[in-house]
Amino acid sequence: MSTSNNGGGDSQFGDLLVEMRGLRIEGQADEQWHEIVHGIDLKLHRGEVLGLIGESGAGKSTIGLAAMGFARPGCRITGGEIIFDGIDLTTTDEDTKRKLRGARISYVAQSAAAAFNPAHKLIDQYSEAPVQHGILSNAEAERDAKDLYARLQLPDPDTIGYRYPHQVSGGQLQRAMTAMAMACKPDLIVFDEPTTALDVTTQIEVLAAIRDVVRQFNTAAIYITHDLAVVAQMADRIMVLRHGNLVEEGNTREMVANPQEQYTSELLAVRSFQKDHPVEVPGQRPLLEVEGVTASYGGGVKVLEDVGIEIRRGHTVAVVGESGSGKSTLARVITGLLPPMQGVIKFDGVEVPGALPQRSRDQLRRLQMIYQMPDTAMNPKQRIRDIIGRPLEFYLGKTGAEKEERIRELLNLIEMDPDTYIDRIPGELSGGQKQRICIARALAAEPDLIICDEVTSALDQLVAEEILKLLQRLQNELHVSYMFITHDLATVRAIADDVVVMLQGRVVEAGEKNVVMSPPHHEYTELLLSSVPEMDPDWLDRLLAARGAAS
Amino acid sequence: MQRVFKSLAEAPLTAKFGVTVVLVYTAVALLAPVLAPYGETEIVGDSYEVWGGTYVLGTDNLGRDMLTRLIYGARNTIGIAFLTTTLCFLLGSVTGFLAATVGGWVDQVLSRVVDVLMSIPSLIFALVLLTIFGLSIINMVLVIAVLDATRVYRLSRAVAQGIVVMDYVEAARLRGEGLWWIMRREVLPNAMPPLVAEFGLRFVFVFLFISALSFLGLGIQPPTADWGSMVRDNATLITYGDITPLLPAAAIALLTVGVNFVVDWFLHKTSGLRDEH
Repeated sequence: MSTSNNGGGDSQFGDLLVEMRGLRIEGQADEQWHEIVHGIDLKLHRGEVLGLIGESGAGKSTIGLAAMGFARPGCRITGGEIIFDGIDLTTTDEDTKRKLRGARISYVAQSAAAAFNPAHKLIDQYSEAPVQHGILSNAEAERDAKDLYARLQLPDPDTIGYRYPHQVSGGQLQRAMTAMAMACKPDLIVFDEPTTALDVTTQIEVLAAIRDVVRQFNTAAIYITHDLAVVAQMADRIMVLRHGNLVEEGNTREMVANPQEQYTSELLAVRSFQKDHPVEVPGQRPLLEVEGVTASYGGGVKVLEDVGIEIRRGHTVAVVGESGSGKSTLARVITGLLPPMQGVIKFDGVEVPGALPQRSRDQLRRLQMIYQMPDTAMNPKQRIRDIIGRPLEFYLGKTGAEKEERIRELLNLIEMDPDTYIDRIPGELSGGQKQRICIARALAAEPDLIICDEVTSALDQLVAEEILKLLQRLQNELHVSYMFITHDLATVRAIADDVVVMLQGRVVEAGEKNVVMSPPHHEYTELLLSSVPEMDPDWLDRLLAARGAAS
Repeated sequence: MQRVFKSLAEAPLTAKFGVTVVLVYTAVALLAPVLAPYGETEIVGDSYEVWGGTYVLGTDNLGRDMLTRLIYGARNTIGIAFLTTTLCFLLGSVTGFLAATVGGWVDQVLSRVVDVLMSIPSLIFALVLLTIFGLSIINMVLVIAVLDATRVYRLSRAVAQGIVVMDYVEAARLRGEGLWWIMRREVLPNAMPPLVAEFGLRFVFVFLFISALSFLGLGIQPPTADWGSMVRDNATLITYGDITPLLPAAAIALLTVGVNFVVDWFLHKTSGLRDEH
């Protein structure tokens, strides 16, 4: 396989490895069966990498698993054929399928941390499949594992296998998982969002490692993701899916350069949103000042060290950094969930108590929070009326008709029809709608500052963009300030006025967006910025070449 | 209400059977004075009369009508078991939620107290406590409620621990909500399915526990009719191949099975609902 090649036809790759014809899959909801994949045709040749892309619910994971002849619990394959190297997986018996899986087809899951058994060493889990299938002896498997670990550029390839899953980092675990999938030198690997849970800087390493090793062994792969920029680096050919239908299929370069369908263009144009200049509210002191804050959990390692930030009224400050940089801890300190060991938090020029119970109700009201996962941020047993109504009642003493009216106003503000949604429970909403309700709940308190903790990272890209636009519109109308915690620099580019870059509990760079985002960069900011995938299929090659030259 | 009937109509056969059993028992318990042919403690004939004739199920060791005693037994035993289970749940779930929501030393103290209570075999512990405090229905209800609340505590603490880490509980804390509000409005509704299921099972255990105590002569005291002591009083008949003493035992067994069917159905329904999300 090669991404620097325009061919993509049968000539370039080997024989046909997988062919799906008219694949139909049903899923069960509400004790009824609904069709979720509506007759997909798919062809994959030996050595070819096919990208499946689409928003959640598009059926991409379901199709990926179907390539292994597998349907998740609650799903069933109802029509069509799945022919893997001459064997029809829809009609063959379980025994045959079991012999194929692991040996000739393997799978890499999204969350390696959840997919590894925490009780066994990495190398033992690696050896399991080849030994079980009788392909390799235990000693041979271990030797192979070390070789693959080296090829995947894991540190200490000779010894890393003897660690337990919790003893290695997320990116290393994902590579160890890829090594495991390669153990039997399969003909096909299904990658299901292997880098979605990783930081941008780690993502690069994993992407590069996966691509190299797949190339070296000439393995065919199905690469599933919702990120078109990522798939553009990995795949020879892309299938865009939506609601279980094929939207567009084509060679990666041609599709990125010249999409045929509007939906594909929308996916390509994502992240193009840019905020206008902030509304200046003149002559006022900063809304929030954090000075010299040091914090730790249980007095142990300092998670934050001497952190200071400033948020102006009506502005958006983005706090960026990879996992473990302390950005979420900073939010916990500001909200009062984690009282700081040292340092001061001033709100509107007045120092507020560090601990939550000591803060007044008005201080609490002025600072609201929106969470990363809208699913867990709302009580699943409460109706929208109660979720939005509670802050109105609690902070502002609104009851009865007055409260009802305000709830409806808020629902209109977030562009949701009050009559339709007011009596629903969160389970009856989509992910984007849930996040809108969370925004409405925060707005109900009439706050001055809203902390947005990775609010878009659990959402599909198009939905995330809508949420960002909504937040921006609300800021223009209500002059509320945002503190945006994110690891996604595209979000920062879109919405921030000021940027704070954090690394290992310290602020490494802070200032206006244009200053921070343009050269000269701090070394770490440079690394973060250059790691954001671009739509250009040559981006990864260029980046790796540049980094290789630099080091 | 309509929704309840609709889901009942779609319920599996076992659930329908269970619901019927529970309803019949409840009706019998409530209507005991109307249904029973004689008075609860009335001596109507010779002891150990055979089935049929005047006394459908014969008479017991003192010559009281067996059917009447069975009917009143339903009322006494079920009523007391229900009261005990309710108390037990109030105590267990409030302390359990408290331990999970507050955490820290509150959790430590409560959990260690519960550990101590659970480390003593409950039947023996109950016997000791009843001997100390004296035999009365109130004492028995309290002792069983406290002892069984330890199990409820463990369950509700475990369930609540999974809930208090959710963002919506953190959001409530950030809003400044009080402890009671968080426990009642955020934790309780989400802990309901396992607790209700446990309620059904716990009810059965309490029921058996009371019967066991009565069988030992420490539970509901004569002449009050109760299934446990009825088994004991008429046990001698077994030696003569008469199954009369098994009737109250069968009544207990049938209710146990019925309640468990209902609980199974409820669990199935609630976990089915969860799949949607």
